[in-house]
Amino acid sequence: MKETDIKTLLYAHFLCIFSVILSVLIPSFFVENFSVLDTHLTWLCVCSLFVTAINLVLYLVSKPNASSKRSSLSHKVTRFLKCCIYFLVSCFIFHVIFVLYGAPLIELVLETFLFAVILSTFTTVPCLCLLGPNLKAWLRVFSKNGVTSIWENSLQITTISSFLGAWLGAFPIPLDWERPWQVWPISCTLGATFGYVAGLVISPLWIYWNRKQLTYKNN
Amino acid sequence: VTDSFSCLTRMRKVSVLLFLAWVCFLFYAGITLFTSGFLLTRLELTNYSSCQEPPGPVFLPWGSQGKPGACWMPSRFSRVVLTLIDALRFDFAQPQHSHMPGEPPASLPFLGKLGSLQRLLETRPHHTRLYRSKVDPPTTTMQRLKALTTGSLPTFIDAGSNFASHAILEDNLIKQLNSAGRRIVFMGDDTWKDLFPGAFSKAFFFSSFNVKDLHTVDSGILEHLYPTMDSGEWDVLIAHFLGVDHCGHKHGPHHPEMAKKLSQMDQVIQGLVEHLENDTLLVVAGDHGMTMNGDHGGDSELEVSAALFLYSPTALFPGAPPEEPEVIPQVSLVPTLALLLGLPIPFGNIGEVMAEVFSGGKDSSALAQASALHLNAQQVSRFLHTYAAATQDLEVKELHRLQNLFSKASADYQRLLQSPPGTEAALQTVITELQQFLRGARAMCIESWARFSLVRMAGGAALLAATCFLCLLASQWAASPAFPFHSLLLTPVVWAIVGASLYAGLLTMTRLQVELVVLEAAAAVGSLLPFLWKAWGSWRSKRPLAALLPIPKPVLLLLLIRLATFFSDSFVVAEARATPFLLGSFILLLVVQLHWEGQLLAPKLLTVPRLGSSTPTGPPRHSGAYALRLGIGLLLCTRLAGLFHRCPEETPACHSSPWLSPLASMVGGPAKNLWYGACVGALVALLVAVRLWLRHYGNLKSPEPPVLFVRWGLPLMVLGTAAYWALVSGADEAPPRLRALVAGASVVLPRAVVGLAAAGLMLLLWKPVTVLVKAGAGTPRTRTILTPFSGPPTSQADLDYVVPQIYRHMQEEFRGRLERTRSQGPLTVAACQLGSVYSAAVVTVLTLLAFPLLLLHVERISLAFLLLFLQSFLLLHLLAAGMPITTPGPFTVPWQAVSAWALMATQTFYSTGHQPVFPAIHWHAAFVGFPEGHGSSTWLPALLVGANTFASHLLFAVGCPLLLLWPFLCESQRPRKRRQPPGSEAEARVWPEEEEEEEEPLMEMRLRDAPHHFNAALLQLGLKYLFVLGVQILACALAASILRRHLMVWKVFAPKFIFEAIGFIVSSVGLLLGIALVMRVDGAVSSWFKKLVLAQQR
Repeated sequence: MKETDIKTLLYAHFLCIFSVILSVLIPSFFVENFSVLDTHLTWLCVCSLFVTAINLVLYLVSKPNASSKRSSLSHKVTRFLKCCIYFLVSCFIFHVIFVLYGAPLIELVLETFLFAVILSTFTTVPCLCLLGPNLKAWLRVFSKNGVTSIWENSLQITTISSFLGAWLGAFPIPLDWERPWQVWPISCTLGATFGYVAGLVISPLWIYWNRKQLTYKNN
Repeated sequence: VTDSFSCLTRMRKVSVLLFLAWVCFLFYAGITLFTSGFLLTRLELTNYSSCQEPPGPVFLPWGSQGKPGACWMPSRFSRVVLTLIDALRFDFAQPQHSHMPGEPPASLPFLGKLGSLQRLLETRPHHTRLYRSKVDPPTTTMQRLKALTTGSLPTFIDAGSNFASHAILEDNLIKQLNSAGRRIVFMGDDTWKDLFPGAFSKAFFFSSFNVKDLHTVDSGILEHLYPTMDSGEWDVLIAHFLGVDHCGHKHGPHHPEMAKKLSQMDQVIQGLVEHLENDTLLVVAGDHGMTMNGDHGGDSELEVSAALFLYSPTALFPGAPPEEPEVIPQVSLVPTLALLLGLPIPFGNIGEVMAEVFSGGKDSSALAQASALHLNAQQVSRFLHTYAAATQDLEVKELHRLQNLFSKASADYQRLLQSPPGTEAALQTVITELQQFLRGARAMCIESWARFSLVRMAGGAALLAATCFLCLLASQWAASPAFPFHSLLLTPVVWAIVGASLYAGLLTMTRLQVELVVLEAAAAVGSLLPFLWKAWGSWRSKRPLAALLPIPKPVLLLLLIRLATFFSDSFVVAEARATPFLLGSFILLLVVQLHWEGQLLAPKLLTVPRLGSSTPTGPPRHSGAYALRLGIGLLLCTRLAGLFHRCPEETPACHSSPWLSPLASMVGGPAKNLWYGACVGALVALLVAVRLWLRHYGNLKSPEPPVLFVRWGLPLMVLGTAAYWALVSGADEAPPRLRALVAGASVVLPRAVVGLAAAGLMLLLWKPVTVLVKAGAGTPRTRTILTPFSGPPTSQADLDYVVPQIYRHMQEEFRGRLERTRSQGPLTVAACQLGSVYSAAVVTVLTLLAFPLLLLHVERISLAFLLLFLQSFLLLHLLAAGMPITTPGPFTVPWQAVSAWALMATQTFYSTGHQPVFPAIHWHAAFVGFPEGHGSSTWLPALLVGANTFASHLLFAVGCPLLLLWPFLCESQRPRKRRQPPGSEAEARVWPEEEEEEEEPLMEMRLRDAPHHFNAALLQLGLKYLFVLGVQILACALAASILRRHLMVWKVFAPKFIFEAIGFIVSSVGLLLGIALVMRVDGAVSSWFKKLVLAQQR
């Protein structure tokens, strides 16, 4: 039972990684002179779109919250709208946090905001897909002994590693290497992406490694 | 019994303090040992050149030895006028050519104002030259004067002693002029008086200290300049103008005032040229440049390029000046002037003559140039010989190569002289060879005068590391109940004396000189090793090694990142931005940790019951997202504090905050008034916040003098500060008849504020316990703020102590009386504020310290100070939210608290407009209360500037005990549910009727209940804070030693180390003071209790 679960998780994560890779490859067919560093904002949008799309597809295929009794259309629509609002709010919150952490307030607003969008894509969107717009569930998942399934466990790991990646991405900025990727927010977005991908890779492995110790109450 | 007990407690307190002082001493020993190896000085030779003793065999082309006045070379000019314009940057003097006719040149206030130079350059090209002179750092005036007279290279260590300059012992131009019997007249900057005491036949000195004063020095010079010139009673006339430099310091180069000042200088030059006679050379030189802000001291391009201008009424130069002025080292002026005046070149000169100047004679120009260069080379070679014989500084291989080069060039030169007039080409090769030698010698000297003593550096770093380890070990050990205070203290002292005397004895045996630094280090090592041995032994027997690193992992990671940043020059430069980032990470980490452990939100919010056997650590103490709000507030404060950011020189793209300039420099009335209002508002807000806080804990009720002082003295201080600011910011606009009054008030007001603060501190130390005792009939309502007389249930652990027993005894007695007197109404003793007696004292002291420190800063920094208080308040609350109270002890202060506190101290250093580089020091602080300067005293201005620079270190170190006290203080805010029936959380605030039995919050009295643990906790807190700071200084020392050949070592790492070292010393002293204060309060509380007991027994 557990082994198959982990396998499914692994495939899903591969799909997500694949979407990130696609976001690097595909736009070069449509946009001239596309590269991750030079046309960074375009890439940010594309990557955000791709990852969101894959997450949505995964959600529609697997339906983690299928037990929901009321599944009327209006319910679905309100749920979807709620999700959108949550996403936007998380973008704004991230933006504010970046500014509090030292990002410029007025210059580079678009860049900062798109960084917030991509970080939300890596963290909020999977949360929305898996847990729905339910803040209490989120808080539960991100606290000690709060996870109830390997899906939530992997969500925890990928989210934390995305945040860590974004945080670590800030460190090269003051260095005087004068590389194009040291510019705000490129190193942070790259860090977040690498963190996300690393989380996607690590979490199935970690769960597989610790499958004996892991016990979930509701699983 | 009581006496012996209190004696024991006092002994223990003293031993805690002494132990901490000893640890500080170990750190100091490590720092001084490292510094003595790292910041080396150049050896100053006291040999002198003389006429009778040429530097080598004489080969003069024109056998002119016999000529009168000729020394090494016949003099070309009999007189010289040396006009030094302080901070005359090269571009100030650069001629401005409009690129297109009709179009005005760039209209910066400092460009193109020296028109007379330009005119002379254009009209008399054979008489004038303008050079871009390259200055060696440090670009401070005293170092430059040393270089301009000795021709040598003053080293880094002199940089700090700008206030206390001392006589130059090395051979120098002034000395040579004196021994040649020339009359030197000096006027201007009085730094010369200290450098060359008694060297001038006539001198007009003017104080250089008051950088606000643009005109006194210059008008003083102008008063004497032309009369002296016309009188003819001089051979060398030196005029050192300071106006340009002071204008740079006060207004910056971009201010219209600079244009006025430069135009005045232009008139001076014009006048000088008119008064000049034919045998006289005019030199106009800047001693250094200035940055965009008008500061100097570092080595940025703008600071090290100064102007140098020569003018001779007779033709001096063979050709017209080049389009772009030549770049020459500044010290080139020394040998050139010496030879032009027919003097010996100063013995230690490493400059190279400007060959061009020697070509105007009748001989073939190249030959004259070669002979001047040859003399110069002989002198430098002699100096190198002597220097290499005296020390081992110079690199042998390079020295050898240079000697070979010199011999070859010298031989070529001789051959040329003996052969009939050689070809130009041969002469040119000789000149090139000689120049190569001179440049090589200079480069080698520069390279090797920054040589380090690796043994001392390694020893110092090892000592620092061992002391850090000791702090870690002892801080863990102090938590255990069996911590042996007395033996711990005595052993190191005894061993220190043994070690020091052993070392001294050894040296006396071998008849070597005893060096204080090494003696200190020997004492430190002697005391450290036995202690570590003992501690290690007892540690190993008890606990596993893994517990040796008690710092929680995320905190450890953040600390390591912080330490790693010291090893990168980019990060040191960007520390002002990196520190808030780390602090923000720390804050979020704390919040997330609280959430992770389920303390952030009430468990009912978590829909799924948590698993695992996590024991209920008590219900969450605060409602909702209390900690989250604190965290966000902290982040906001940190970000706002970042607005007061001063840019380091290295980042040209960065703009310093405009709020760091004094209000006096603002133009425009309404904005100025608004800012002034905001600053006073910040002062008042600070005052009101502190008073509200004190009132909240009931500390403003007693009629004791300290409380009265807080009520009335603090507002007076605020008033004084506000009035002083008003005067200072509007001093220029004051009507003339009020000038004297304004000047007087700006002297008196700051001193009055400092006096008030000192009086307040004295009062507080005299009577730290300001408890309001109300005996007699009280209503039950006042009983809610009573504190100590209803202790926790008796526990066996406390019975070892006598004072708690007395408490308990008193408590029983009161209970008994209460019951007896219940019929007549309750008799109570109300003791307000006893629960916050320690922290109230600390907060009051912090406020009293903050106001004078604030006065030393620029007005608008008051907002940053307000943020500082707010920030530390929020941080304390956040930390307290995560700290469990362990009654009856042992009490601990977690590592994250101490680390965050230290990090915030660093962040505040930056957010009060400081940078760890010398040009960024706020020198103006020395004038607060002393607008006229300090005369000859140097310690007072140093103290004022130091207090300004290290204000945040001091405040946070003194406030360190709050980390221990605050969780107890927060106890009173927690909903008291212990007596509530389970499930009725909603009505937590409804008190049951039986108020007498309700347990009062003991708050800080819990600490008194366990004096042993209290002392141990203070010791532990001190050790942990010292550890965090010590690891920082260790990282700085390691960075400076590992990267000692780095390009940035003198620019970034060395200043950083020096600032960090001084900051450490200030912090450690502050820490000791803070802990001593808490102990003083504790002693006072004890005696207060004793008195109360006696009173009750009667």
